[in-house]
Amino acid sequence: MRVLDTLGLSVQAIARNKLRSFLTTLGIIIGVASVVAMVHLGQSATRSVTEQIASIGSNLLFVMPGTAQRGPGGLRTTAENFELADVEAILNEVDGILVAPALTTSATVVVGNANDTIPVIGTTNEYFSVRNHYLDYGREFEDGELSSGAAVCIIGKTLIEEMFLGHEALGANIRVGRTACRVIGVLEEKGESMGQDRDKTILMPVKAVQRRLVGELDVSAIYVSALADGTTGLVQEQIESLLRQRRTPVNGGVDDFYVRDTQDIAQALESTTNTLTILLGAIAAVSLLVGGIGIMNIMLVSVTERTREIGIRLAIGARARDVLTQFLVESIALSTLGGVIGLVIGVGGTWLVTWQLNMPFVISPTVMAVGFSFSVAIGIIFGYFPARKAAMLNPIDALRHE
Amino acid sequence: MTEGSNVGRSATLQPAPNVVEMRDIYKIYGSGATEVRALDGVSLSIRSGEFVAIMGPSGSGKSTCMNILGCLDVPTSGDYWFRGVEVGGLDRDELALLRRNFMGFVFQSFNLLPRTSALSNVELPLIYEGVRPARRHELAMQALATVGLADRAHATSAQLSGGQQQRVAIARALVTEPPVLLADEPTGNLDTVMAAEIMKELVSIREQKGITILMVTHEPDIARYADRVLFFTDGKLIRDGSLAEVIA
Repeated sequence: MRVLDTLGLSVQAIARNKLRSFLTTLGIIIGVASVVAMVHLGQSATRSVTEQIASIGSNLLFVMPGTAQRGPGGLRTTAENFELADVEAILNEVDGILVAPALTTSATVVVGNANDTIPVIGTTNEYFSVRNHYLDYGREFEDGELSSGAAVCIIGKTLIEEMFLGHEALGANIRVGRTACRVIGVLEEKGESMGQDRDKTILMPVKAVQRRLVGELDVSAIYVSALADGTTGLVQEQIESLLRQRRTPVNGGVDDFYVRDTQDIAQALESTTNTLTILLGAIAAVSLLVGGIGIMNIMLVSVTERTREIGIRLAIGARARDVLTQFLVESIALSTLGGVIGLVIGVGGTWLVTWQLNMPFVISPTVMAVGFSFSVAIGIIFGYFPARKAAMLNPIDALRHE
Repeated sequence: MTEGSNVGRSATLQPAPNVVEMRDIYKIYGSGATEVRALDGVSLSIRSGEFVAIMGPSGSGKSTCMNILGCLDVPTSGDYWFRGVEVGGLDRDELALLRRNFMGFVFQSFNLLPRTSALSNVELPLIYEGVRPARRHELAMQALATVGLADRAHATSAQLSGGQQQRVAIARALVTEPPVLLADEPTGNLDTVMAAEIMKELVSIREQKGITILMVTHEPDIARYADRVLFFTDGKLIRDGSLAEVIA
């Protein structure tokens, strides 16, 4: 018997029962589509998290006062803030970095009739590249403004939308706390990142915030950006040893500051989404398995229903293996067809969801290949038993079957 | 299982005195008190080219005998030689090859594949023989022409009358040019006019091709087309001769 003829017989049998063939493949279609969609969506979520982290600033280290340890004792908030001298020291002692001090507070901002409480960050011009948040228009702080702590500010887009109501922002005077402050620049739009509206912010020279708003000569955080990839670990160690020398721990031995790497945060989030992807994929794989059982079920019904046909085939000279191959090829054809349709629906669904949720559209050939091979494998595994049952029929019993 | 074994086409070259030789064939179902002897020690021989009718009341064992003759069923005990080949020693696939190469089957209920064209039905045995599509088509069309259905080649069974369906079945049985045709009540589902047509068809095919025909029937009207009648009762072959001798 020729291979093409075997395929022909199977296709004929599938075409003779279009509705049943479709229902049989439906299980595989749903299974493959959900596996492909789930894993792709998971990867897309991971990518989305990674991109958000990158938007905070890559190779970024946060140096904060307090202890990193949580649990009993809690986060120590009593630790002293840093001084501008610490920032200077880090800049001088550690190579290949950008450093931006930050003194964060919040102040009531009044523009005309509108007022709101806005986070204010006192910093330097290094902030833009370290935090990966640049000016849209206007200018940076001048050296004189930085050293004198002039009352100038750079504002985020949210302020323009909510408080200026279409008026020209550049050059306008706004009230920040009790200080009248001139707007010299506007930050580019950054959107929401990790639950924080990064456009609702005001930047001022660090000395302006120290003297005019807070009344303390310290710095609440230091942002450090390593210039070369993969050096954040080394930079972190150097900063830690430097700060240990400069600060006297309150509580013998325990650091009263900590350095947090955005890479760490990214990894933690990535491993979370990966776990989620595996879980969703596993659930989807179960549905694929159920689809396979569906194929077996229908093939068994089909063998029973076509017992007489099998008898005819055996009578006119089909050998057991001819019948076995025919039914096996039939179930493989059904599951392969289901696999292809499932792939298309799965990828289409992924595209639709990522498009709706504004996530990056990720397509992985590996995932598609695995999903497809699974559907073929299921055709073989779950098709074999019914096919064997058909092939082992006794010709005379099969012919007598009503 | 190889195609070149003693059940392949090459066996036609061996001297075959009798197409069928049965000795002490028993077919027993169940055991003890519920034992049923469907065939109870049957011995018979059929020469090449004979047209033999197998008759008997229902339950007499004539169908069981036919199934064993057609290698669709195996006897409980006894020896059966088909064209000089000891059938008892063959496995499933060898029996399948024997049927494919040397036998054609016609059934009472036609047994065509549903929702399949007459042409595809006739081509089926050739598919299992591995004949190429173009040649297959040609042979099947020839066979359909022989039974006068060339113009209905693309009709499905549902679109054909009973007589036409049976003629498609005959074309299917003969498309591989087997030396033996086995017919199990071929006219059982047909009215008398169609039955007579089918019988004339069989007789003319036999004259053209010189094949051996074994036919089960319970109607003397149909049996009279055969030149020898085997009469079964209670699993035993009790009479063997012309219709007149057997019915008398």
